[in-house]
Amino acid sequence: MADSSLVTSLRGGSRLRGAAVRPGQRRPVHNRRTLTAYLFLAPFLVIFSIFVLFPAVYGLWISLHVWNPLLDDHPFVGLQNFFDLFTPGSLTFDDFWESMGATGIFVVASVPFLLAVPLAIAVLLNRRIKGGTVFRGIFFAPYVLGVAVVSVLWRYLLDPQLGAVNAVLGLLGLPSDTPWTVDVPWAWISLVGITVWWTLGLNTVILLAGLKGINPDLYEAASLDGAGAWRKFTSVTLPGLRPVMTFVVTVTLLSSANMFGQSFLITQGGPGTETRTAIMYIANQGLVQNQMGAATAMSYVLFAILAVVSVLNFRLQRDNTK
Amino acid sequence: MSTVTTPPALSRLPRRRIAPNALVYVALFAISFIIVVPLLWMLLTSFKTDFDAITSPASPWPNPFTIEAYVTLATGDLPILRWFANSLIAATAQTAIILVTASAAAYALARLEFRGKKIVFGAIVATLLVPGVIFLIPNYLIVDSFGWLDSLWAIIVPGSAGAFGVFFLRQFFISLPAEIEEAARVDGAGDVRIFWQIILPLSRPALATLAVLSFLTNWNDFIWPIYVLLSPENLTLQPGLSVLQGTYSTHFGIVMAGAVIASVPVLILFTLAQKQIVESVASSGVKG
Repeated sequence: MADSSLVTSLRGGSRLRGAAVRPGQRRPVHNRRTLTAYLFLAPFLVIFSIFVLFPAVYGLWISLHVWNPLLDDHPFVGLQNFFDLFTPGSLTFDDFWESMGATGIFVVASVPFLLAVPLAIAVLLNRRIKGGTVFRGIFFAPYVLGVAVVSVLWRYLLDPQLGAVNAVLGLLGLPSDTPWTVDVPWAWISLVGITVWWTLGLNTVILLAGLKGINPDLYEAASLDGAGAWRKFTSVTLPGLRPVMTFVVTVTLLSSANMFGQSFLITQGGPGTETRTAIMYIANQGLVQNQMGAATAMSYVLFAILAVVSVLNFRLQRDNTK
Repeated sequence: MSTVTTPPALSRLPRRRIAPNALVYVALFAISFIIVVPLLWMLLTSFKTDFDAITSPASPWPNPFTIEAYVTLATGDLPILRWFANSLIAATAQTAIILVTASAAAYALARLEFRGKKIVFGAIVATLLVPGVIFLIPNYLIVDSFGWLDSLWAIIVPGSAGAFGVFFLRQFFISLPAEIEEAARVDGAGDVRIFWQIILPLSRPALATLAVLSFLTNWNDFIWPIYVLLSPENLTLQPGLSVLQGTYSTHFGIVMAGAVIASVPVLILFTLAQKQIVESVASSGVKG
């Protein structure tokens, strides 16, 4: 396509301009603009093709092989890597589904808090108060820190023997030996709590923008009908937030399902492999154990499951709106 | 700043609203406390002696106050200053590439009519929803084939291909009125001049926001650099922190000093560009 429009533009578009083009339809200009447009797009499309489009397909190709990067030969095995993931007793079956289970636990445990806490804060910030933008800035601040900073910080604070959290709890006369990072369910509680602390500002500002978009007349009408605060929340606020909420739920689900750094740095996947998430297992299989075929197959299975969950979530929220 | 967001209706607010608002402030201060204290703890612990950090975990106040941890970091075996420079170079370079490539692409997608536009835009947007893990292993092999493993190129180039920048700038460019462009076209301006002299100057706020968001994203990336950067001297700060934690496991003052060093640039950036960052994020849900 670029070639033909290049030729046309070099000819000044005369051939087309002379042709019987319907009045008002300026095809020569259109073709020259197509060339111009692709010249503007070219730098981005080159890197986009190499590092996004190509790898998405290349990954599928890898998944059809036993692919050890240290060996020259990558035997083609068809869909065997995928079959293995669904065959109990295969090399990868138990570990993969354990890690998917860990990711599932984290999603189920974290998403409700990642929605409820920011929603509550957004409702507070939406009141007529002074210093709203300052509070908003404070709540958002941890989110601009990297997962590594947040994780080494909390790995220290929650250290069962030497950490500040247990020490302070001890001073307050509370149990000071909670194994925050080394035993379940504490490790899950820590991972969820840290993630809420780190990212609550993100959903808060999005939901706050949603709240500001709700027509104030609706609240006044509800007041006139004698609705109390709770009634207003359930019959004006929540329905008014629905479009924003669909977006927030989807993004939150996906980011929790992609959890990696917190487990990698705080619990190292432990105790045992109980908090080893799917991303952690896939990355380790592919880039440390050199099982790249199996690992890419896993990444596509994870992707497929996330796609299904996202679509279900979308439909569910849409049906609720009716 | 707060006066901007306070609605004019404030003046006719009934007096009795003040009591519930007091509770709101209590709640907001309590949450602020929970957010800020761990960060202050990190900062204060970084000024403790090694002994102090371990023996008095319940007290955040350094006793004595020392910069020993920072000195150890700067003079020790782990080249944290090098990591800092690597992070700075990589984040800056990637931001520059994104600004150039994404703004040009977004101009075409927002302001030009051309064949295949829907397909190109559709392909770009579709990848926004694909989880990063899909690209992890194939991109590792691609980067390896370029000879970029263990080099900053791996940290700079692949990440600049993300669809977000194009999508973000396109939304902004589309919102600019068509008249400004038409007037320039009547005066004989071509696309390059319109892009360079009209669209880009009008889009400074959006470009600045994208620059800040891109810098933050690259600075904070973790999973990719821990696998593609191998030798200690080539690391960036985030994977460096992981090494730091492994090396100095219970020398918390030193680990916290490293975390402070990795936090300060982004916290400064956030303080300067808070409004742009928060508002661009806030509008993502409303528009999406």
